[in-house]
Amino acid sequence: MIFQQLVNGLTLGAVYTLIALSFSLVMGILGVLNLAIAELFMLGGYFGFAAVMAKLPLPVALLVGMAGAALVAIVIEKVGYQPFRDTPVVTPMLSTLGFSIILQNVATNVWGSDPLQLPDEVLSVRFTFGPVSVSAMQLTVLGATVVLVALLAFVVQRTPIGRALRAVAENRDVARLLGVSAGRVTLLAFVLSGALAGAAGVLIGLHYAAITPYIGVEIGLKAIAVMVVGGTTRIWGALIAGPLIGVAEVLTIAYGGSQIRDFVVYGFMIVILLLRPQGILGGARTQGQRV
Amino acid sequence: MMSTYYAGLLADVGILLLGALSVYVILATGQLSLGNAGFMGIGAYLTSYLTVTAGVPLTPALLIAAFAAGAIGVLIGFPALRLKGIYLAMATLGFGEMVRSFLLNLEAMGGSGGFHGMRHISNATIWAWAGGILLLVVILERSQVWLEMRAVHDDETAAGLIGLNTTIIKVGAFGFGAAIAAISGGLFAHHHVYIEPGNFSFERSIDFVLAVILGGSTIGPGALVGALLLVILPEYLRFLAEWRFAAFGALLIVMLLVRRQGLLDRGLFGLTARSRAA
Repeated sequence: MIFQQLVNGLTLGAVYTLIALSFSLVMGILGVLNLAIAELFMLGGYFGFAAVMAKLPLPVALLVGMAGAALVAIVIEKVGYQPFRDTPVVTPMLSTLGFSIILQNVATNVWGSDPLQLPDEVLSVRFTFGPVSVSAMQLTVLGATVVLVALLAFVVQRTPIGRALRAVAENRDVARLLGVSAGRVTLLAFVLSGALAGAAGVLIGLHYAAITPYIGVEIGLKAIAVMVVGGTTRIWGALIAGPLIGVAEVLTIAYGGSQIRDFVVYGFMIVILLLRPQGILGGARTQGQRV
Repeated sequence: MMSTYYAGLLADVGILLLGALSVYVILATGQLSLGNAGFMGIGAYLTSYLTVTAGVPLTPALLIAAFAAGAIGVLIGFPALRLKGIYLAMATLGFGEMVRSFLLNLEAMGGSGGFHGMRHISNATIWAWAGGILLLVVILERSQVWLEMRAVHDDETAAGLIGLNTTIIKVGAFGFGAAIAAISGGLFAHHHVYIEPGNFSFERSIDFVLAVILGGSTIGPGALVGALLLVILPEYLRFLAEWRFAAFGALLIVMLLVRRQGLLDRGLFGLTARSRAA
C-alpha cells in the first residue's frame, strides 16, 4: 500500500517538478513571478490532447504541447514582461495575471468547461512488481520527466546559451557589460519555461486521461508552493521539492482525506517562506527582492 | 421600479466594492494581497454561523465577524512583515487557498456541501454597509494616518527613519483590510443565502485586485469605479458575453501599459485640497 502510494506520489511529483522548474527559470533569472505559467500548463495539456486525438504518437503530442505553450510564452514575454522591465516587480506579475485570465477564458470557450476524456485504450497497460502496480502511463510520465530535466540541465549547465542564462541570473548588468544580450536571454528563459509548462500539461492530461480548463488553478498554482519549497533562486531545488510535495500530497489523500491536501501543501509553503526563504536546501544566494 | 435582475447586479457591485476596498487599504501600504477571498470566506461563514445557528441579529454578527477577521488579519500581518512584493503575494495566495481548504473540511458548517439558512437581505442593507465603509475609507484618506501609510508605501526605510511605526501601520492596514473583506463576505452570504467554500477561491481574490487596479489604485473611489466596471460593463457588452473574462484580462494589461494608476487618480480631483497635501 505504502509503495503504491509512493509511486503515485512520484508521478504527481514529476509533473510538479516540471511546472516548478518552469516557474523558477523565470523567477531565478529575472526575479519575476509569471502567474500565466499555470495556464500555459493547462494550454499545453489541451494541445497535447488534440494531438493524441489526431492519432499522433505520444512523443509528437508532447512536442506539440511544448511548442504551443512556448509560442504563447513568447507573446507573454513581448507584451506582458518587456514593457514592464523597469517597474516594481509586482507590476509584471499583474500583467501575467491578465494573461492567465485570458488564457483560461479562451480555453473554456474553445474546448468547453466540461472535462475532455481520453479514450481508454491509450496506454492502459499495467505492470505489476510485487505489491506495486504501475501503469504504462505512469512510467511514461516519469520517463519523460527524467529526459526533459536532463535536457534542461544540459542546456543550462553545458551550452553557451545556458552560460548566458546563468550570467544574467547572477548579475544582469555585469552580464550585459560582458556582451551577453540580456533581451535574448530573457526571451529564452520564457521559451524554455513555457515549453516545460506545456510538457507538464501534456503529461498530466495523459496521467488523468482527462483535462479541464481549471487544471491550471488546481495544479499549476500549487507548483508555486513547490518552487518556494525548493528555493526561489535555486533552479534545481524543484528536483527535490517536486517529488517531496507530490508524495506528501498523495499520502495526505490516502491517510488524511483528500480535502485537507491543499491546506497541507500551502501551509508548508508559507512556513518555508517565513522560516527558510532560501528553500529547504538552503544556498548562498541571499540577494533578491524579498527584503 | 427596479427589476430583480438589476437589483442583483447592484448587490454584486456593493459586495465587490467592499472586497476591492479590502485590497486597496492593504495596497496603500505597499502590500499586495492575493488572498483576500480567504478573509471574505471567514467573514461569510462566521456571520452565517452567528445569524443562523446562534440567532444573533445581522448587524452585531457582521461586526463580530469583522473584528474576528481583523484579528486574524493582524495575526497574518505580523509574519507578512518579513515578506515583500511577489513573496508576500505568494504567501497570501497560499493563505487564501488554505482557508478554502479549511472550509471544505469544516463539517460543522456543511463542508463541501455548503451552508444555507440565512435570511435574504435588501440592497439597502448592502449599500448602507458598502457606502458607509467607502465613506470611512475616504475620510481616512484625509487623515494623518493615511499620510503615514503613503509614506510606508513610498519608502519604508525612510518612513521608519523619521520615526513612524511602520510595523503598526502595515499590520493595522492588514487587519482593517481583513475586516472589510469579512463584511463583504457576510453580506455575500446573506444576499445569496447559500455559501460554499468554492465561493471564496483564488478567482475571487483576483476579482478584488482587478477592480482596484482597473478602477484606480491610488484613490478610494477607484474601487467603486472598478467594481461598477466589472459588474456593469458585461451587461452593455452582450456580444462579449462568453469572452468577458478575456476582455477584462486584456483591459488589465492595457491599463498597466498606458495608465498604471487605474482609471481614477488624484489628478482627476486636482482642485481638492487633498492633492496638494499629498
